Amino acid sequence: MQNILLNIDTATIDWSRAQFALTAIYHWLFVPLTLGLAVIMGIAETCYYRTKKRFWKEVAKFWQKLFGVNFAMGVATGIILEFEFGTNWSNYSWFVGDIFGAPLAIEGILAFFMESTFVAVMYFGWKKVSPGFHLASTWLTGLGATISAWWILVANAWMQYPVGCEFNPDTMRHEMVDFFAVAFSPFAVGKFCHTVISAWIIGAVFVVAVSSWYLMKKREQKLAVESIKIASIVGLIASLGAAFTGHISGQQVAKVQPMKLAAMEALYNGGTEQGLTAVAWVNPFRQPDYANEQAAPLKIDMPYALSIMATNDPKGYVPGINDLLNGYTLPDGTSEPSVEEKMERGRLAIQTLADYRKAKAEGASKEELSPLLATLSANMPYFGYGYIRDRSEVVPYVPVNFWAFRIMVGAGCLFILFFAVLVITSFRIPYVTIITRRLLASLGLIHESHADTVGADALPVWHYWLAIALVPLSYIASESGWLVAEFGRQPWTIQDMLPTWAAVSDLNSGSVAITFFLFLILFTTMLAVEINILLKQIKKGPSA
Amino acid sequence: MRKDNFFSWAFLLYYDGFRSMTLGKTLWLIIFIKLFIMFFVLKLFFFPNFLSQHAAEGEEDEFVASELIERQAP
Repeated sequence: MQNILLNIDTATIDWSRAQFALTAIYHWLFVPLTLGLAVIMGIAETCYYRTKKRFWKEVAKFWQKLFGVNFAMGVATGIILEFEFGTNWSNYSWFVGDIFGAPLAIEGILAFFMESTFVAVMYFGWKKVSPGFHLASTWLTGLGATISAWWILVANAWMQYPVGCEFNPDTMRHEMVDFFAVAFSPFAVGKFCHTVISAWIIGAVFVVAVSSWYLMKKREQKLAVESIKIASIVGLIASLGAAFTGHISGQQVAKVQPMKLAAMEALYNGGTEQGLTAVAWVNPFRQPDYANEQAAPLKIDMPYALSIMATNDPKGYVPGINDLLNGYTLPDGTSEPSVEEKMERGRLAIQTLADYRKAKAEGASKEELSPLLATLSANMPYFGYGYIRDRSEVVPYVPVNFWAFRIMVGAGCLFILFFAVLVITSFRIPYVTIITRRLLASLGLIHESHADTVGADALPVWHYWLAIALVPLSYIASESGWLVAEFGRQPWTIQDMLPTWAAVSDLNSGSVAITFFLFLILFTTMLAVEINILLKQIKKGPSA
Repeated sequence: MRKDNFFSWAFLLYYDGFRSMTLGKTLWLIIFIKLFIMFFVLKLFFFPNFLSQHAAEGEEDEFVASELIERQAP
């Protein structure tokens, strides 16, 4: 957390940020399992619809039961975030509420109603509707949840890349001028694809873990083997998809949030032909001395990969933290002003706003106000910089960005390997399966007697324990992605527009701290209850 | 009740569904407790609308303007 010397109690800013982070992190424990299990249960029920075999109906109902537990525990946990907007972030709510509020309202009216309508048919309608209608309801439940995610991610994407709006100095609000620019901004599309696909990984890991537990206990073996087949394919496609969409997201971040990319990479000084850092020594507990260090120590990178990722050109220019602070001009004429220039223009924007409102209140004519409006409009892109007192305030906390990014990508690579091995060993793929199993046997990773066997039930016990261990890792990876997204955006609540200390309400920090701990207790209790109910239902099995 | 009427059918879907719930009853209880805490404890006592407490209706823009202008860096 940065120490900001202001009239606002700095503890209020930090507690408000911590509270929002806590509620968002807890909310995101429930959502991805909903999105991921929706795909698995849809596929299972599709198998039932096509084969008419009672076994598949039991499989579908089992995963739908676990979906229901998670859905019930997670529902409405996101509403608390909206409470916080109105209380802790009142300036933010007023300043951008017209735009930010619209996707949230659409989410509530459209997507949630769709979800809640079809979830009732899914649970209550087995004997009341046709198999085809029931199958459609199951998929529409998942689609409703996914559309909900779309609108929430549109709102978050707008915070990272504010488009489609104009500032009205009379109402002190940003007004939406282009709904489609907001709803379908490339940043929103990229973020949606990456976030939802990564949620499918969590669903797949969860199903493999539960099935692995059954195989270890030698019960529900057919359900476990067949569920692992489904989850392995979903997991492999999702893992590869997450890597691809993550690359797209990285390119968008390079274009519109270069400081976030520089923090993710601990890139103090950029240039052309930049390598992608695999690992470096970045002290997790303090901001690095980027102004005086050339690069993070012990850096191992993949040559050219960062330039390729950011610009699709191995010789592409990628600015580092110091380049963005000092400003730069490229040979092709592209330039970035220094942070001091931005601060000056930001101060001019805020002062012009004050002058405009004062003149208007005193009855100035349209002709007298027009030059003020022109100055305000020209400098509005740097409005947020008018609140910056020191250049260090625009640099996000590098250690969190750096390590969270590596945890996310490292786990993602592990999931690709894990699900690839699972697919190969679960399905009879000519040549590939037997060759792979014999290779694994020669490495001592599976028993010789299983070298010619296909199926997840013939895997060694350590593989099942690994699958169970991957459940917390999948959540850690997913939350790490959000840490990169949100810590990398700091200090901005809206990129370049409003830093946290301008957006926050002037509240007593003690009251924010109290609600922080209330949420900690409430959400931890809910999480404990959910885990308890899920474990009980898993122990009971599908016949319960 | 006529079952060929859509509203009757929908009513019976929910009625029969809720009546036959087992685990679902526990989950609904948890949902109601959670919603009660959120809306009648947290929202009422801990999350008032800050702007409506500090600015008269119709003068929110003036309040936010003074907040944002006063907080600018010197």
